[in-house]
Amino acid sequence: MPAIVVRNGELLDPGENISGLGHIVAKDGHITYVGPDLAQARMVAGPDAMDFDAEGLMVVPGLIDMHVHFREPGNEAEETVASGSLAAVAGGFTSVVCMANTDPVVDTEADIISARQKSELVGLANIFPVGAVTAGRRGEELAEMAQMARGGAVAFSDDGTAVPTAGLLRRALSYAKMLGRPILEHCEDRSLIGEGVMNEDFVSTTLGLNGIPDEAEDIIVARDVALARLTGGHIHIQHVSTANAVAIIRSAKETGVRVTAEVTPHHLTLNSDCLKTYDPVFRVSPPLRTQTDVLACRQGLKDGVIDAIASDHAPHLEEEKELEFAFSPPGMIGLESTLAILSTELVEPGFFTWSEILPALTAHPSDILNLGRGRLRLGLPADITLIDTKMRWQIDKHRFHSRSRNCPFDRREVVGRVVATMVGGKVKFSLSNPTVS
Amino acid sequence: MQWTRRHLLGLEELSAEEINFILERADSFKEVCTRPNKKVPALVGRTIVNMFFENSTRTNISFQLAARRLSADTLMFSKAGTSIAKGETMLDTARNIEAMGVDVMVLRHGASGAPWKLAANVSCAVVNAGDGQHEHPTQALLDLYTIREARGRIAGLTVGIVGDIAHSRVARSNIWGLTKLGARVMVVGPTTLIPREVEKMGVEVCHDMDHAVRECDVLNMLRIQFERQDGTNPFPSIREYKQMFSLTAERLARGKPDLLVMHPGPVNRGIEISPEVADGPKSLILRQVANGLAVRMAVLQMVAGVAAAS
Repeated sequence: MPAIVVRNGELLDPGENISGLGHIVAKDGHITYVGPDLAQARMVAGPDAMDFDAEGLMVVPGLIDMHVHFREPGNEAEETVASGSLAAVAGGFTSVVCMANTDPVVDTEADIISARQKSELVGLANIFPVGAVTAGRRGEELAEMAQMARGGAVAFSDDGTAVPTAGLLRRALSYAKMLGRPILEHCEDRSLIGEGVMNEDFVSTTLGLNGIPDEAEDIIVARDVALARLTGGHIHIQHVSTANAVAIIRSAKETGVRVTAEVTPHHLTLNSDCLKTYDPVFRVSPPLRTQTDVLACRQGLKDGVIDAIASDHAPHLEEEKELEFAFSPPGMIGLESTLAILSTELVEPGFFTWSEILPALTAHPSDILNLGRGRLRLGLPADITLIDTKMRWQIDKHRFHSRSRNCPFDRREVVGRVVATMVGGKVKFSLSNPTVS
Repeated sequence: MQWTRRHLLGLEELSAEEINFILERADSFKEVCTRPNKKVPALVGRTIVNMFFENSTRTNISFQLAARRLSADTLMFSKAGTSIAKGETMLDTARNIEAMGVDVMVLRHGASGAPWKLAANVSCAVVNAGDGQHEHPTQALLDLYTIREARGRIAGLTVGIVGDIAHSRVARSNIWGLTKLGARVMVVGPTTLIPREVEKMGVEVCHDMDHAVRECDVLNMLRIQFERQDGTNPFPSIREYKQMFSLTAERLARGKPDLLVMHPGPVNRGIEISPEVADGPKSLILRQVANGLAVRMAVLQMVAGVAAAS
């Protein structure tokens, strides 16, 4: 495999103090040069190297989405490992972390190995599987976590639901600590969700839709950080959506609890007013909250209370999203819109700089899950994303590589687009030549 | 004014002027309903289909009779239950019926928002006959009509809506209609049946039935929608609920002498209202039903007129 010289890009990796014009050499799948000296880069790359002209592009560590749902096995009409992987690289993601709520549930070592083998056959993005915390995600008994860890599970999660009881989660956190893995928790109290389908607020009252109060999330977040304190285990709070949850995580971090957190692009940019049209594309779990919560999530991200941005890419069939709001399943896809939405809604208006956003999509998720990626650093796998931060385009769900179309940002005019995605030193997506992979 | 709306979906989106326009139009149909020959040729050759995805007796019959008195052809489609997992979706059913050339669809559906989805996907007129916990505009219009008829006005009256506010589409539509026409509205019930931030709709919240009885000119009694509770009872017992909120003759006697009582039905006699009150001289319940016909004739004639013009 020839080396690649990514030359004349605007390199940016705040964690590595890299910012400015420079070149990267990817050789034998790894980064072998990062710096401003093109002559030296060519020397490192060797005589057969190919050039990739990155002039005018922002060159960053390959993006990592630590929360996606590929529906294989079980619901391949919604998404497969292949279609999801293609959506990932088209969205600039070189690594994705797949949740366990497939059908059947990923709760054995064999399931983990099977998921990894499928991803290797597809050969696009790096896929890191998550195993279920409890057998069958039934919330009753622990799944065989040690064996799944041996097979390559990077974390454990019953995502879709919270681990139902404090006693069971205590065991899970304690056991996962021994394995050096975090528990990723979907924080919603079942009894407070009730029949709820959206945030409980004035909008739910006027729409006549049953509401879910913030406290459904807050209570579980508070419980979970208490148990992380008790066990010394690592709890990771998935898709934070309330101002109170941000405050609870903030205070837990200040007292040294091993807690990390993620937020989705939709909880950073949309609120419950979107539901006034009854369009089920805006139904998601946890629900879109109020603008106060949106702003609190942004502040949490800014302050480092929230570590990562993850899409919670959740494909659903078009016909399911054509049902009446309350009958439609919750979930949105995000792999192919995340970067543009963050760019358009957070960076362009000046709320965040790219240096503030990028770690949440690269080094932070890598560190939470111990992936050893997410940095422009010598010796690491050459996962690199090239972005045209000025390119204006319109999101068109019909042109997505994902098999599903449930994107709440469809038809938005956005700025910022992934131009190329390199995984392990190979170009897996190129906007100018979409068939490179 | 000129009526321009193709659909009647809810009262939230209507202006006071539009609401009054409907009530005035209903006046003329009320007169029609008193003639020996109750039929007018307004909608000859038009087809109106009742699509009822939720059980209903009086609303269904009322709409059918209203359509027939306007000389429209009527069809009735009833499918209890929902389109959750298997079977045809509402939109597929609707597109099939539309393909046969209907002019107005009257939709009753258990899911809030369903009529908006339907209206966005068909070219005929859509009338909301009750969607989930959201709106029931013709019920509220007939309630407004009945109050206006009985008291001569709506502005300045105090109207109490009592019971399961959280799960009631009748309550929501009434709140929008009454507040737009200048009434003072009180929602009355246990804390567990009052929806979040309902005050922002322009109403007062009251948990004291005796206070409500003293304050109000009209009490609109709602039934508890036990079928919509999420598995846990919103109050400890029916006995306790009755003790706190039931409209009994004894309670009613402490109200204003001209206090009027309404109920959208179906009545749970002996729970929210005692039989002697429901059947008593202050009760407008059967007048509401009679007025419903006139109001629905007005609504059907208006939307069918817009559909024909476009």
